[in-house]
Amino acid sequence: MAKRTEAGLPVLRMRPVPKGRTLEIDALEEVRSLLGEAPRRRDLLIEHLHRIQDHYGHLSDRHLLALAREMGLTAAEIYEVATFYHHFDVVKDGADPSARLTIRVCDSIACEMAGAAGLLDTLRERLGEGVRVMAAPCIGRCDSAPAVFVGNQVVEEATVESVEGFVADEKTAAWAPDFRRLDAYREVGGYSAFRQCASGELAVDAVIDTVRESGLKGMGGAGFPAARKWGFVRTEPKPRALVVNTDEGEPGTFKDRSILEDDPHQMLEGALIAAWAVEADTIFIYVRDEYLGCLSALGAAIDELHGDPPADLPEIVLRRGAGAYICGEETALIESLEGKRGEPRLRPPFPAQSGVFGMPTLVHNVETLYWVPEILEKGAEWFAGTGKDGHPGQRFFSVSGRVEKPGVYLAPNGVTVRELIDHYAGGMLDGHEFYAYLPGGASGGVLPASKGDIPLDFGGELAELGCFVGSGAIVVLSDADRARDAALNVMRFFAHESCGKCTPCRVGTAKSVTLMERDEWDGALLHELGEAMEDASICGLGQAAPNVVRRAMEHFPEEFDV
Amino acid sequence: MIQLTIDGRPVSVAEGSTVLEACDAAGVHVPTLCDSPDLVPYGACRFCIVKIEGARGLPTSCTTPAAEGMEVTTDDAEIRQVRTMTAQLLLADHPQDCLTCSSNGSCGLQDITAELGITERILRPMERDARRDESNPTFTFDHSKCILCGICVRTCREVQGLGAIDLVRRGYDTAVQPFGEVPIRESVCESCGECVERCPTGALAPRGFLPPEREVSSVCPYCGTGCLITLGTRGDRIVSARGDRSSPVAQGRLCVKGRFGAFEFVNHPDRLTSPLIREGEGFREAGWDEALSLVARKLDGARGDAFGGLASAKVTNEDNYVFQKFTRAVMGTNNVDHCARLCHSSTVAGLARSFGSGAMTNTVGDLGEADAILVTGSNTTESHPIIGLEIRKAVERGTKLLVFDPRRISLTRRAAVWGRQLSGTDVVWINGLMHVILRDGLHDQAFIDERTEGFEALREAVAAYSPERVEEIAGIPAADIERAARIYGEAERAAIVYSMGITQHTTGVDAVRSLANLAMLTGNIGRRGTGVNPLRGQNNVQGACDLGALPNVFPGYQQVADDEARAKFEAAWGVELPADPGLTVTEMVWAALEGNIRALYIMGENPMVSDPDTTHVEEALRKVDFLVVQDLFLTETARLADVVLPATSYAERDGCYTNTERLVQLTEPVIGPVGSARRDWEILCEVSTRLGYEMEYESTEAISDEIRSLTPSYAGISYDRLRAGENLHWPCPDETHPGTPILHSEQFARGKGAFHPVEYRAPDETAGGDYPLTLTTGRVLAHFHSLSMTGRSSGLLGLEPECFVEISESDAAGLKVEDGEYVQVSTRRGAVEAKARVGSRVPGGTIFMPFHYGDQPANRLTNPAVDPDAKIPEYKVCGARIEKISEERIAAPRG
Repeated sequence: MAKRTEAGLPVLRMRPVPKGRTLEIDALEEVRSLLGEAPRRRDLLIEHLHRIQDHYGHLSDRHLLALAREMGLTAAEIYEVATFYHHFDVVKDGADPSARLTIRVCDSIACEMAGAAGLLDTLRERLGEGVRVMAAPCIGRCDSAPAVFVGNQVVEEATVESVEGFVADEKTAAWAPDFRRLDAYREVGGYSAFRQCASGELAVDAVIDTVRESGLKGMGGAGFPAARKWGFVRTEPKPRALVVNTDEGEPGTFKDRSILEDDPHQMLEGALIAAWAVEADTIFIYVRDEYLGCLSALGAAIDELHGDPPADLPEIVLRRGAGAYICGEETALIESLEGKRGEPRLRPPFPAQSGVFGMPTLVHNVETLYWVPEILEKGAEWFAGTGKDGHPGQRFFSVSGRVEKPGVYLAPNGVTVRELIDHYAGGMLDGHEFYAYLPGGASGGVLPASKGDIPLDFGGELAELGCFVGSGAIVVLSDADRARDAALNVMRFFAHESCGKCTPCRVGTAKSVTLMERDEWDGALLHELGEAMEDASICGLGQAAPNVVRRAMEHFPEEFDV
Repeated sequence: MIQLTIDGRPVSVAEGSTVLEACDAAGVHVPTLCDSPDLVPYGACRFCIVKIEGARGLPTSCTTPAAEGMEVTTDDAEIRQVRTMTAQLLLADHPQDCLTCSSNGSCGLQDITAELGITERILRPMERDARRDESNPTFTFDHSKCILCGICVRTCREVQGLGAIDLVRRGYDTAVQPFGEVPIRESVCESCGECVERCPTGALAPRGFLPPEREVSSVCPYCGTGCLITLGTRGDRIVSARGDRSSPVAQGRLCVKGRFGAFEFVNHPDRLTSPLIREGEGFREAGWDEALSLVARKLDGARGDAFGGLASAKVTNEDNYVFQKFTRAVMGTNNVDHCARLCHSSTVAGLARSFGSGAMTNTVGDLGEADAILVTGSNTTESHPIIGLEIRKAVERGTKLLVFDPRRISLTRRAAVWGRQLSGTDVVWINGLMHVILRDGLHDQAFIDERTEGFEALREAVAAYSPERVEEIAGIPAADIERAARIYGEAERAAIVYSMGITQHTTGVDAVRSLANLAMLTGNIGRRGTGVNPLRGQNNVQGACDLGALPNVFPGYQQVADDEARAKFEAAWGVELPADPGLTVTEMVWAALEGNIRALYIMGENPMVSDPDTTHVEEALRKVDFLVVQDLFLTETARLADVVLPATSYAERDGCYTNTERLVQLTEPVIGPVGSARRDWEILCEVSTRLGYEMEYESTEAISDEIRSLTPSYAGISYDRLRAGENLHWPCPDETHPGTPILHSEQFARGKGAFHPVEYRAPDETAGGDYPLTLTTGRVLAHFHSLSMTGRSSGLLGLEPECFVEISESDAAGLKVEDGEYVQVSTRRGAVEAKARVGSRVPGGTIFMPFHYGDQPANRLTNPAVDPDAKIPEYKVCGARIEKISEERIAAPRG
């Protein structure tokens, strides 16, 4: 007999449940001891989640609930952030916690071309209990593809055997790079430019003029003139901030990693000068979680700097990402710095007006800052003169794919892909013929070998073909590859990395993947979908996502003849 | 103002407007699914894209600020193509069950599809992990229909200040979920339904609603906040409810009771449709004439002090006026009272003596202007949810919150200081705060000198209440008393909010006067954002008091013992009136037991559930010669009656309600009377006339006019003004007066504010011996009073189907009681079985039970000892014990 009320009304058979979850005192104690004296500020949420994840190998409901109490946030606020970032493993209480060891096999374009798919399958078969094998988006090791993370240890040019060896030897810790130390950097005149700035020997206007005349542009991909950005920020009220974008996630790009692992001080000096120029009190350095080597080098370099400061230093805050390509987008990065989901902000306001914690914020890529001290030392003309005719300046190109020697190469702006292949990267791999290339990572489109003599720089002929050089990530395809496969690979990457906020990108990337997985592509539909994504997505991710697809259909019609 | 053109039409909008708002102002429709006027622009759905001359791409109009000279194009082939593709993306994975979807006809996605002329889907659906969450009995959550516009998430955070749900995961896997992705009912969701109301698709859908044919607003029948509900009807049935954005207090917000539980009972099959006359153990249906004649005949023999009347905090001002007039003028006694006795009589008595008026001094909206708010004895977010929202919002804006409550109520999470006093020690910690304030010179000497009297006696009295002594007696750490005193004392504007945790004690008047002392000591009275604010628990409890449903006063708190006042009413009513104050509710019970009261007339109250020590109440009600009950349902009390008269519900009548902040609101009928139910005042007039006192009113408004002629504080509150939309707080002495949102601003109602030194007295019954636990009682969010209305809402009953007892983890461990297990709670007066809810809400040594459930009545257990002054019973403290009971004993279903 159904339970009835005094009025004879049937009561919905619903279990009375306590509202919300009960906090466990034990969990609270565990979280407290992990956090120690660290402040409980909202912006440290991701840092605190890392502490729990690092210690327990996963995030359980009970710890998240305790963290919410400890930080004075709602449980849902913690949960939305924890589930956003791929390096956090949120595990329900009572469920089997995640494996003691996670192996991430990079499946982005260069690694896929080097056989990542087979490697992933075999590792999944062979590594069993306690080891979780998963695909991961670009980990910035395209020069040693296929690359694999065993825990925090990178395995370059990985094979099943080498990965198994690392697992067996329990070599899972991050590696600390041997970078150019402060002494060595000072010996070649390091930090003298910053000292001159700080002491007043160099005037702000003069420094900005020099940077302007050098033609230095944003190396993160947008190519916006650096000096103009400084000018914008300087017109905004104080306090101001500088953010160093070290979230180099664009597939095919690994130059910032190379810079920081070798020479963090030159970037730091550039950051100090930029902060001085815009009178920023704080420098935030946001490092992607895949770049633990950079994090370690930067941490050590900052310690060295504090031990022997060349002048008064602004506050320098080093922050660790948690596995989200979208945080390379400057406003998503700022959100992440504030401890939130990495969803891009709506513009206006622009970061220069209102950025991190509402402060007018200068956001720069690592390489952009890296060049600043050298430009001040050697002069604007020197830097401008390093480029080819009509293409002032030089930059680090990340070259990967079917070349003999993939790597980071310093080359003049305006260099062509053929020159990069032949003069820098040791030519094509044996038995491979140059077929196509991605001039700007996953976002910059794809071109056939016949367009291999176009100067690589912002704007110009490249732009006329619907492509861009972006962060200078050149992925070389050979006759063993197809442009459409590359397009599918990058679309899968974007679908995986879409933050999910706006409809065109969230659904558009996912639908594009399903359309492209068919043998026969519906070209008209993909174009139309691509246009909507380009026009209506909030940020660059969704806007650029259809680029390779559409260029593949334009420039490689023969691949689609059935 | 900014001038711009939309599709060639010039328009001017205020600085800070968005382009979308400008489009709206220009009368140009721009489609959108994620915009909601009072939420922060989100820009996620991308439908509202436009072209702006000179700007790159297709910016979203909802996020782009309007600028001078802008030329905006809202529609062309390119824009249309992008919108169409965006719609196709959403349609691809959206279920195609529009005909059976509850949002059919009111779905944003459906509208946009039609607007764009889309006739077929061009993208194939993909598999999505999109389950239907059926856990909540008030609404369903179908994730497959969710378009991730984020309105629900933002509403929960921005409007409700709760944040129960969020967007989790990312990309195509993004979903709206509570913490841990548990079924929504197991989350901290308060089921307010604001997100349900705003959801543009059928993802969040109310249960049991139908699209209405017409809509009429009324005042919510539950707590005293006075939110307006827009009720939708089909024929003579109410089929939907939503917030009314014109509501002065709520601005359209509603709680779970108002939105999901305020209409099902109206058309419930249990409604009484004709009068009932007792026949042996049962009743027979009777015509009105027979029933009224019987009532008149029986009452005729019990005139004078042998009669007692209980008016109602749930009926209109006009009904209550007529009820007390009937009692006084026709029955010739002042034995009239109502359930305010049981909730705030200590407020009425205490504040009247301190300030000269026993009502909330400020308005609800005022709370937002306080720098500090002290909440004590009020589980505001459950008992007055919309006021709870105001407090939450204030805290978000920087107001410091002080909470003094033995239970870990949800506001404690936001409190700067949470003092967890031992039940019944309120005077101690309040004196402690004043001790620190005086010691540290945080008091307002100028205010004390100019506006008050009796300060020296207070100073002496609180001198003995050092923080250390407070810690010793009340159990609140001395440091917290220090901190709280500084926050309250240093605030430019500090407000006190309290409710029954303060009043329902044998020391209720003392505690109320202590709070009044605290406010006067710091000059926190008579200004915005300050005051002493008792939250009234029923939608017209303030009005029932105001209109004289009390044994000692006529309408407008004019003393019955006052010759002049009595002469005025005698002249108006044409009879001689008794001068001696009558009996209170609690006294009437005793008088009935002693045989001194022989006839009782109960209008819309259910003392069998709401009064303390209900075993005694039952005895008393059985003992009287004649009991008339006028109600919607055959309540526990009505079952004992000799005659039961069916009355109209709030939705079937017109008249005024006075909310907790003294705001008078006029309502009109939403539907016609159910069955042969009649308005309360009409029934009373009929009985009067049959008793030889001709009472006849043309309309409810005519009663209001009589009220205004006799009640100075209501004199200016005419129906005409109310119909014109004026928001009038009493006192409002004439028709040009704007009303008085803040009391005591120039001087106190009694002239000077009176300090009253108060010493701590222990509760009547404390834990110990055979009853080692302290039992305290109260409300839960989903229910109201004796369940006669909320118990007939399947949604609310589904949320809280049965009684429970909160018990601390330590006590549960000691008693080996598991969460969810049935236990027996006993006191010196009786025993009740209830499910144990083990957790950290109550401190060790204390248990809590809601009092709503007639079949598991917590008030069988409570102590009927009363405050010597206000006669309010001590519901909040008594000794109790808990015992485990075997499964077999509870196996048989109740009812």
